[in-house]
Amino acid sequence: MAACYFDVDGTLVRTNLIQPTLYYLRNQGTPVQTALQLGKALFRAPRMATAELLDRRMFNELLYSAYAGMSEDRLVVLADEVFDNVLRPSFFPAARSLVEKSKAAGHELVFVSGALDLIVERLAAYLGGGDVIANRLEMKDGIATGKLLNPVVAGPEKARIVRDHARARGHDLDECFAFSDSYSDVPMLSVVGHPAAVNPDRRLALLAKAYSWPRFDLTVSA
Amino acid sequence: MNHPSLVTLERDSAPRTLFSGDQLVEVDLPPGTRCIYPKATLEPLRDPDAAIRYALNHPLGSDPLHARLRPGMKVTIAVDDISLPLPPMRRPDVRERLVTILLEMLADHGVEDIEIIVATGVHRRMKPNEIRHMLGDRIFDAYWPDRLYNHDAEDTDNIVKVGETEHGHVLELNRRAAESDLLIYANLNFVPMNGGYKSVAVGLCNYQSLRSHHNPHSIRNSDSYMDPAKSGLATDIEKLGRVAHKNLDIFTIETTVNNRMFDPSLDFLMKNEDELSGRERALLKALVLSTGKLPQPARQAIFDRFPAPYGMTGVWAGNVEEVHRRTVERSFEQYCVPIEGQADVLVFGVPYISPYNVHAYLNPLLVQVLAQGYLFNMYRGAPLVKKGGTLILLHPCSDKFDHEQHAPYVDFVHRILPETRDAVALCERYEEKYARDPALVQMYRTGHAYHPSHPFFMWYWGENGRQHLGRVICVGADNEYIPKLFGWETAPNVEEALYRARGGETRSLDVTLLHVPPIVMGDVSLPRGVTA
Repeated sequence: MAACYFDVDGTLVRTNLIQPTLYYLRNQGTPVQTALQLGKALFRAPRMATAELLDRRMFNELLYSAYAGMSEDRLVVLADEVFDNVLRPSFFPAARSLVEKSKAAGHELVFVSGALDLIVERLAAYLGGGDVIANRLEMKDGIATGKLLNPVVAGPEKARIVRDHARARGHDLDECFAFSDSYSDVPMLSVVGHPAAVNPDRRLALLAKAYSWPRFDLTVSA
Repeated sequence: MNHPSLVTLERDSAPRTLFSGDQLVEVDLPPGTRCIYPKATLEPLRDPDAAIRYALNHPLGSDPLHARLRPGMKVTIAVDDISLPLPPMRRPDVRERLVTILLEMLADHGVEDIEIIVATGVHRRMKPNEIRHMLGDRIFDAYWPDRLYNHDAEDTDNIVKVGETEHGHVLELNRRAAESDLLIYANLNFVPMNGGYKSVAVGLCNYQSLRSHHNPHSIRNSDSYMDPAKSGLATDIEKLGRVAHKNLDIFTIETTVNNRMFDPSLDFLMKNEDELSGRERALLKALVLSTGKLPQPARQAIFDRFPAPYGMTGVWAGNVEEVHRRTVERSFEQYCVPIEGQADVLVFGVPYISPYNVHAYLNPLLVQVLAQGYLFNMYRGAPLVKKGGTLILLHPCSDKFDHEQHAPYVDFVHRILPETRDAVALCERYEEKYARDPALVQMYRTGHAYHPSHPFFMWYWGENGRQHLGRVICVGADNEYIPKLFGWETAPNVEEALYRARGGETRSLDVTLLHVPPIVMGDVSLPRGVTA
């Protein structure tokens, strides 16, 4: 049996990591807390924009520092809302068809995302199940510290995580599939035998063409 | 006396000008070579629209179409895709004429629930501009995209089981077509293997239903697949087609076209090179030189630019068997040239176009299917070349693919074919797994790629040629890898290829040249006591 490794943001849904975070920040316990959190996020924005260009891991770490101080209970409760209000309306029209065809081919589904595990788990359940590899917040006494637990799911690290996952599950990587929209996921795409560029950015589209990787668009209905 | 389409070369004959992909090359063939040229073009119908109306009102083995219509009924019109004719024809395409008249008739009888499906089977989805070209602006603007669309063989919600054969082969078809009160299939029959039971059973089915006939065994049992009476492929498709016609109400329309592939100003391309006028010789020379100098994309752009002026030569409607019998007869009338005896060596140039690369480059797998498949099968009675004989083909065989249309072909050629050339092993070990590749299935569904099962079918399509031929020598290949992968030899020119075909000896060989395109078929008869 082979596995299909799906990047999520930009690949299956049109949202990115920032939108769920903003939803969390906008929905703090009191308006003052919300204003405070949004202000802090605004202050961090220029650094995050630079980090996005330089190092995907650094970007994730900066982004998730915004969660510092949120209680685990609140994160869990809001995760349902984040999924229902942010992710579910953002699925690309043909995303479900791709996931269903992968499942029908007998492949194990694995969702690999820099988003929080709480949210990606809901997405996986919505799509009919599958393994989740996502970022996890460090908790101390039920409160988020704003740090991520290792391994941080981002950039080249995704390739190592996918390799380890396949080895642990007994999958032959040559038989496995990986789907992503972003050039930053080329390491992950490169470790499987069947990489595919989905709604690719310009650089990934060029690379996919050069290597004859399948390229397709989930933004149109099947 | 020889048939006018047969020419035997003399010592002082001019070189023959053959296609080698999208280039024209001059080739010297030995004296005594038998050249088969396309037959004279059949006169097109003077008033095709009147002929269509007559066919609908005087169908074969069926009530007239108007008598089968009632207000409020649900009607689906299915049309063939752009894989034929080749190249796409000038507007109005035959299908535009057919569908225009059908829609008028349906409207006159109060039928409003009408959808038009392009019966692509597992071919690529046609692009909007291609459908507009095929069906015309008026129909396209009124129906696209909600009531005029491509069939999707992977849309499991919209595929339904229609029935099964006594051997347990299941036929699953497009839901809309299967659940209509009347399904009208409007065919454009380009070659004798088109149409008949194949239209509905292949054009509107899914991958599972295709597997019972799109396999190496059906092709091996075909002698040839251009002769429906002796085609194992046609026989196997017919079994499923009968299931469709038993369970659904189907009205069949078939049309034939003549062989006017080129504009009349390019008629010299299908003429005996010894009989060309001075002007024609100069033009031919200019074409040879220019196709030799221009870069490939420019050559392709030129050939893509000019739609063919095909003329409609026949239209019949009604019961599928009676209709198809007439169609095949007319098709043979246009294409078949009587030939006595088989050759030791068959020579042809492989042109730039096949049913599967409209608006795309002819990739090497398609060169293979044209050579060992379609062109090898251009016969009736017996193959043009003896069992164990040699095929010499001209094509560069470049390792080049259209990355959108032929995405699944790349993996097939570079990943699967190096494992084995055995069609049965490919079918049993790789086909199903590959056909379910989610990325390639998605490219078929939302892009314009062929279904991932299609490259397998293209390999099987060459199977009876592969089984029959002793050796295949490719002249003009720009690489060694692809021909070797296909099990072919290479030679720098035809003289060298013929030398090899002789085994380095001086014995004389019977050489036959199939001068294509346009299409020509050999109606081969064998001397008494000789078997193919």
